[in-house]
Amino acid sequence: MGQTRWGQTWKQVVRYRALLFMMIPGLIYLVINNYIPMAGIVIAFKDINYAKGIFASDWIGLKNFEFLFKTNDAFIITRNTILYNGFFIILNTVIAIGLAILLNEIRNAVAKRFYQSIVLLPYLISMVIVSYLVVAMLHVENGFMNNTVLPLFGIDPIAWYSKAEYWPFILTIVNVWKNIGYLCIIFLASIVGIDHEYYEAATIDGASKWAQIKSITVPLIMPTIIIMTLLAIGRIFYSDFGLFYQVPLNSGALKSTTDVIDTYVYRGLMQLGDIGMSSAAGLYQSVVGFVLVLLSNYIVAKKDRDQALF
Amino acid sequence: MRSNEMNQTALNIFMVVLTAACLLPFLLLIISSFASEQSIIKLGYTFFPSEYSLEAYKYLWGESSSLLRAYGITILITVIGTSVGLTISALLAYPLSRGVLPFKYFFSFVVFFTLLFNGGLVPTYLVYTEIFHMKNTLLALIIPGLLTNGFFILLIRTYFATSIPVPIIESAYIDGASEYRIFFSIVMPLSLPILATIGLMLTIAYWNDWFNGLIYLTEPRLFSIQNLLNRMLTNIQFLQQNSFAGNNASAIAANLPTNAVRMAMAVIGVVPLLCVYPFFQKYFVKGLVVGAVKG
Repeated sequence: MGQTRWGQTWKQVVRYRALLFMMIPGLIYLVINNYIPMAGIVIAFKDINYAKGIFASDWIGLKNFEFLFKTNDAFIITRNTILYNGFFIILNTVIAIGLAILLNEIRNAVAKRFYQSIVLLPYLISMVIVSYLVVAMLHVENGFMNNTVLPLFGIDPIAWYSKAEYWPFILTIVNVWKNIGYLCIIFLASIVGIDHEYYEAATIDGASKWAQIKSITVPLIMPTIIIMTLLAIGRIFYSDFGLFYQVPLNSGALKSTTDVIDTYVYRGLMQLGDIGMSSAAGLYQSVVGFVLVLLSNYIVAKKDRDQALF
Repeated sequence: MRSNEMNQTALNIFMVVLTAACLLPFLLLIISSFASEQSIIKLGYTFFPSEYSLEAYKYLWGESSSLLRAYGITILITVIGTSVGLTISALLAYPLSRGVLPFKYFFSFVVFFTLLFNGGLVPTYLVYTEIFHMKNTLLALIIPGLLTNGFFILLIRTYFATSIPVPIIESAYIDGASEYRIFFSIVMPLSLPILATIGLMLTIAYWNDWFNGLIYLTEPRLFSIQNLLNRMLTNIQFLQQNSFAGNNASAIAANLPTNAVRMAMAVIGVVPLLCVYPFFQKYFVKGLVVGAVKG
């Protein structure tokens, strides 16, 4: 019995060998780019010594994690990561929904498409260019804020790149400016899909625009809102590295409010050469991130089986 | 009816203000790059400089060989990365879309799991530098971005599975076409919309990528335009220090219009995208919506 089943499978493999061959380049790539690094997380439990080689280095158990969590760093980067990303999720979702509803109300189709594409533009430029735009605004001597805006209100110039307290606002504004167009388009696509008859019936019944938005539009795009939010929560431990590293120009004075897990791992690896600490923080991020993805997907699956990733 | 008209007007005014907020930073950048150094010192970066000048662009023209080289590298990695990435993705996605594939669930899981878990920066960096020795090679700008993870593969697989009728594939097979023939002459042509969309997303990702250059490159001669921009943001003299043309750097350094040059560099970096954007924005929108719904 087992013999024939294996024989069957073998026949299928031979018959469809071309299909299997096609997958080889992609599978090899995923092994190199994703699976070997996954196995590589064990270096968080090692004292990396380049002379001995990565895999021959000594095991040191949880020492790297002890160092990481003994300092204040682990708390600060976790707090920053979760607060920023949590706030971004709420703010971006609310603004994007509002914007999508307004855009949908515009009757001139050409104008509508024009607004939509301009709002999306910042999403498509690199963070490096965004940093230049922020420099033009905030440069201490030449920036637009210090030279044009603040004098209007009689405020003295501010050394933006060394005052940590302003950066939660600056990063939030930059994040909204850059990403809102993307979310807006997702929600707009969802709104456009709503059947017009709902609105016609509501208008006949004398429902105001506001009532229609509240009782038709928002409830009907709720599945999209929930999915997008849960997906974002699943990724709350991962930050936009460019936003937190590039935009503050990697300024040490701003670290208390701009350092997140991703920038911490990067600095540990590339600037301090502290692979132990860096890989421990990286593993911490991967594991908690993984749990959050599973958790958020579990909730999505309960709400709507079809929308879940798995 | 009248109040409706008024609402539309108010709405349009609001939207114009909003689009202005999106565009004005770019305008500030462009105007500042044409401002004279004296104007920038006096008024800062402003929409109304006291004096205009082409000095910044003249200076960059003098460094054009370095800039062209960086642009060349950007174009090279974008073309190679996009075409190779798209080919590998489609080749992996197609068998996964076929019900008959042996071990289909195992292979699907192998692709899918990369979305859930990743080793993170440190192991990835060590794999590429210590095992594959890609530090300071152009491969380091191409390889890490080819697939990134299985997301695009799942999108393409779903398209193949839902948009290509199985009877077409079966009848081609009965007519004696090989699996490769079926893939290249039937499946690929029928899937142009999704391939174009994913291709566009890959193009944007490669064109904008600065992260791989930041971690894998220390040699300026391999820098893409994004890496060059990145380095010049904090070190405006960078271009001169690494001038490949070997011109009289010290003579220029004396009166280098640093503040305007910085803005001019960014303009040179962003203008190509701004120019092609109007023609491709329709596809961007489509691609983003496709990407957001489940793969």
